[in-house]
Amino acid sequence: MFRFNFSLLSAYLNPSSLVLPTAAAISLTVFSPDGHLFQVEYALEAVRRGTCAVGVRGQKCVVLGVEKKSALQLQDPRTVRKVAMLDDHICVAFAGLTADGRILIDRARIECQSHRLTVEDPVSVEYITKYVAGIQQKYTQSGGVRPFGISTLIVGFDPHDTVPRLYQTEPSGIYSAWKACAIGRSSKTVREFLEKNFTEGLERDEAIKLTVKSLLEVVQTGAKNIEISVMESYGVITNLEQMEIEKIVATIEAEKEAEAERKRQRVVATQAGQATMAMGSSAPSGTSTPQPPSGVTAPGGESGVQ
Amino acid sequence: MECAFAITGKDFVLIASDMSAGRSIIQMKSNENKITPVGPNLAMACGGEPGDTSRFADYVDRNLRLYHIRNNFPLPPPSAASWVRRILAESIRSRSPYAVNVLLGGFDTTTSKPHLYWLDYLGTKADIPYAAQGVGMYVTLSTMDKWWYENIERREALDVLNKCVDEVKKRVTIKFDFNCVLIDKDGVHSLDLKSQDPIAELEAKVAAMKPSDPEPIIPSSDAPAIAAA
Repeated sequence: MFRFNFSLLSAYLNPSSLVLPTAAAISLTVFSPDGHLFQVEYALEAVRRGTCAVGVRGQKCVVLGVEKKSALQLQDPRTVRKVAMLDDHICVAFAGLTADGRILIDRARIECQSHRLTVEDPVSVEYITKYVAGIQQKYTQSGGVRPFGISTLIVGFDPHDTVPRLYQTEPSGIYSAWKACAIGRSSKTVREFLEKNFTEGLERDEAIKLTVKSLLEVVQTGAKNIEISVMESYGVITNLEQMEIEKIVATIEAEKEAEAERKRQRVVATQAGQATMAMGSSAPSGTSTPQPPSGVTAPGGESGVQ
Repeated sequence: MECAFAITGKDFVLIASDMSAGRSIIQMKSNENKITPVGPNLAMACGGEPGDTSRFADYVDRNLRLYHIRNNFPLPPPSAASWVRRILAESIRSRSPYAVNVLLGGFDTTTSKPHLYWLDYLGTKADIPYAAQGVGMYVTLSTMDKWWYENIERREALDVLNKCVDEVKKRVTIKFDFNCVLIDKDGVHSLDLKSQDPIAELEAKVAAMKPSDPEPIIPSSDAPAIAAA
């Protein structure tokens, strides 16, 4: 019988209502002879094609940044959201099939409230991550279902704790904790960027800046396609306004510009140095000094900036 | 044995409930809080079978919270009342019904109107400006009939409430202690009925909180809106 009710009722009291069809359904996720689960790998491919999401853990805060598709001209952009609250103290961003994300998020939200109802305590970040990853794993080992085509970044604070947490889950059901992490389109580039630029104990503004900067590696269109959420302590979440993001992007661009300018000047200085050296060595003495081969930096010039 | 009553005013709802817990003629506890906030601007006084009341209050609270998180907006009081009524109506037709009577009061921030609902364990719902549950029903309804008027102000409403408390003290054999909440656009606030001017205390508290406390996106439901009495 189909019953329309608050799913906390059905989900909490009757777990079988959310479980997968079992009998007689044939599993799609079977091993290939060389030990691969192709469906899971295809799901990972769906994640790689999804929009990029970045999480960065600071000293006292944790930042989630997502690339959002620009809304169509007649679309209401507020209805397209990529960062969702699971509970007062937990946020999630995902990359991959948005439709799958919705379902998974809803299940996690129900679990958050069920957990409070049963043990009168909010969930910890690891608990809910494990729960989400558990659902994802189930869908790789059951009959008649396909895996979830999403990876998630789950951030938040544990109750009575000030340590920011950041976890990632994958379609296979793997979950892991990170200092900074990226999922989705070009996540490899962004992760490498983060590996190069991440430092421990970032302050709020630095963490936000690093997040935006790393997203700019893959988001060509700049501020208007970036969404940033910051969680500063248990239950304190802010979504940055478009204006604020634009300001951060502007400073980053100014810095980049200044850096490029410095480089240009150094190159000019180096070339000038080379020229005078060449002149100085050839003209007065008459002895032949070998010209430095191109590509090798002249002494005095900065190395590796040509 | 219990007693709860509620009054709506111009831009608020007052709910008061007794704090006794016990069985039969024995009182085990005199400071049991029976009023639960179940939303940013919504609170519920539960009376009835002791275990059922707290379980039911938790259940309602968690479901309304889930609604809030899913929709990024709390369920407005009229809809919440309909939902609670439905749960009670389904429950009485089940194998293990909740034996709970409810006064549900809330402030609708979209229309800026206060709402009060009287619900019982049979699944009855009444939308009324003032109400009473339990033994208080027999003695306080006439008091409220006499003194309540449309768009009553906070202090006057509190006077009516105190008249009801006095009436209960005068006419009912059992002695009750009461706790009280006021629900308005700013949330659910507890009032100390014993203090000289609870409304002034509340105003001072709200004024002190406002400038420094930016509201989180979704205010925590288990923020201690009601301190343990």
